[in-house]
Amino acid sequence: MREQLICKNVTLGYEGSSVAEGLDFTISAGDYLCILGENGSGKSTLVKALLGLLPAMSGEIIRDEETALNGVGYLPQQTIIQRDFPASVREIVRSGCLARSGLRPFYNKQEKALAEANMHRLGIADLADRCYRDLSGGQQQRVLLARALCATGKILLLDEPVTGLDPRAQADLYELVYSLNRSGITIIMVSHDVSAVRYASHILHIGSHSQLFYGTRDEYLSSRLGQSFIITDTGGAGLPEIEEEAPEKEQPESGLSAKKKAAIAAGAGLIAAGTGAAIRHYVKRGERNV
Amino acid sequence: MFDKLAYYFSFPLVRYALIVGLLVALCSSLLGVTLVLKRFSFIGDGLSHVAFGAMSVATVVDVTIKQAASGDNAVARWITDMIEKTNSMVIVMPITIIAAILLLRTGQNTKIKGDAALAMISVGALAVGYMLINIFSASANVAGDVCSTLFGSTSILTLSLSEVWLSVGLAVVVIAIFLIFYKQIFAVTFDESFAKATGVRANAYNLLIAVVTSMIVVLAMNLVGSLLISALIIFPALSAMRLFKSFRSVTICSAVISVFCAGTGLIASLLFSTPVGATIVSADMIVFFVFVILSKCLRRG
Repeated sequence: MREQLICKNVTLGYEGSSVAEGLDFTISAGDYLCILGENGSGKSTLVKALLGLLPAMSGEIIRDEETALNGVGYLPQQTIIQRDFPASVREIVRSGCLARSGLRPFYNKQEKALAEANMHRLGIADLADRCYRDLSGGQQQRVLLARALCATGKILLLDEPVTGLDPRAQADLYELVYSLNRSGITIIMVSHDVSAVRYASHILHIGSHSQLFYGTRDEYLSSRLGQSFIITDTGGAGLPEIEEEAPEKEQPESGLSAKKKAAIAAGAGLIAAGTGAAIRHYVKRGERNV
Repeated sequence: MFDKLAYYFSFPLVRYALIVGLLVALCSSLLGVTLVLKRFSFIGDGLSHVAFGAMSVATVVDVTIKQAASGDNAVARWITDMIEKTNSMVIVMPITIIAAILLLRTGQNTKIKGDAALAMISVGALAVGYMLINIFSASANVAGDVCSTLFGSTSILTLSLSEVWLSVGLAVVVIAIFLIFYKQIFAVTFDESFAKATGVRANAYNLLIAVVTSMIVVLAMNLVGSLLISALIIFPALSAMRLFKSFRSVTICSAVISVFCAGTGLIASLLFSTPVGATIVSADMIVFFVFVILSKCLRRG
């Protein structure tokens, strides 16, 4: 495995006060790292550091040559501006080529071709002339993913990509990102959504001021922290999750112990119960509003 | 009617007015889309008030230097000459650009939030400007001076040749900057955080946008006066956004609308002797409502 990005005992913060400490992890080519953490745990600070916008206060962030040169493809959280932005899908995807075209005015043929190729790859070629604001949330995320792929084809960093999407679109997006991962693109996904864990190969869980967990997904699921996160998060937040399939479906090597299976089953049961309650709540509220 | 127009256009001042008017309209519409979408449209408004304040500062400087030097000092004469030749732009332009930079710097992460800071600066500049003109002005018609800076009235029809060349030069610079940095402006407008992540210096481009905006404001003061400038910037962009679906088509359409409205407004103001700025802005408003109705009809049909 070739390492693309290594964090060695990194401390991050602003103007002398640290936000996250002791970050220690490695991202290798082809990994799918899911970064979990509650609000205020320094996730967005870590995102800035991984993008190279914020230097480490102490410790080291090492990038391999290619990553240092091309940077990380970034899927930011949506902003209010974008909601009524009059731009065609093609224009937005092309803007991903901005860094490689430098100061030259307008894009050249090569860059335009790259944009077309990435639109095909994400299945939005037929939307190329549509207006971004008229698309559904899931389609908009595909557009932004295509743009990120124009910036770099090696590492993608997704910041809370499923926020505001309906359950169907969430599942689609997770599948899409997973298929990109299988085609060799390293994925870093920041999330507070438990269903993100399902596809990940590695988990990094950060709490306020410290790193709580870093390891493979299976280790995380069997750790006490992992179980408590998965259970409390769904039950408490009451988000309409979809988890019809059991989590172990994506694992070809089913070397799980009975204990783990039981834990997963318990987790899934709780998730299902939580989802049911949430949906009922949601529907009731909808009826009242109507 | 055409005879009357032909008669008017035999005067070079009217021809200058048309040339400068159309160029100013073109410039102001280019950045309109960006300013509206970035929620910067209020900056254009605030800057125009600052420009009014700067204009009165320029008048005061002009008057006091003249009085102090009593006409025999070469440096003083050179300075007053510069101020008069460029229609005070030598003083107004730097002040407005500095105000734009300050507004942008204070707009992010400060105790006084962007809109409050803007309100402070714009109203303050307006008050100080009016006071200065009242105290120091040598002219007998203070109200007329104020009115012509605020609403433009006929200043577009009294441009000297040097002012025309200055305006044309500035307009060319604005258009060139827009074309050269078109894709950066798009990227920074659409998604600043992505632009930053791919190594684009988004803050630098924000600054560029603010500086170009202040150039446009100073340019447009001659045409519509400082109070109506934001109308010139915003209306064409808003109209175009009703109908068109891509950034490029919206930009082109708003440029066409703006030039068309400036042309018809200018000619109408000549024919019916109405104030130039107000007529142009009225034309912009009419086009806006036409576009609103059109977009409603198209959506239904």
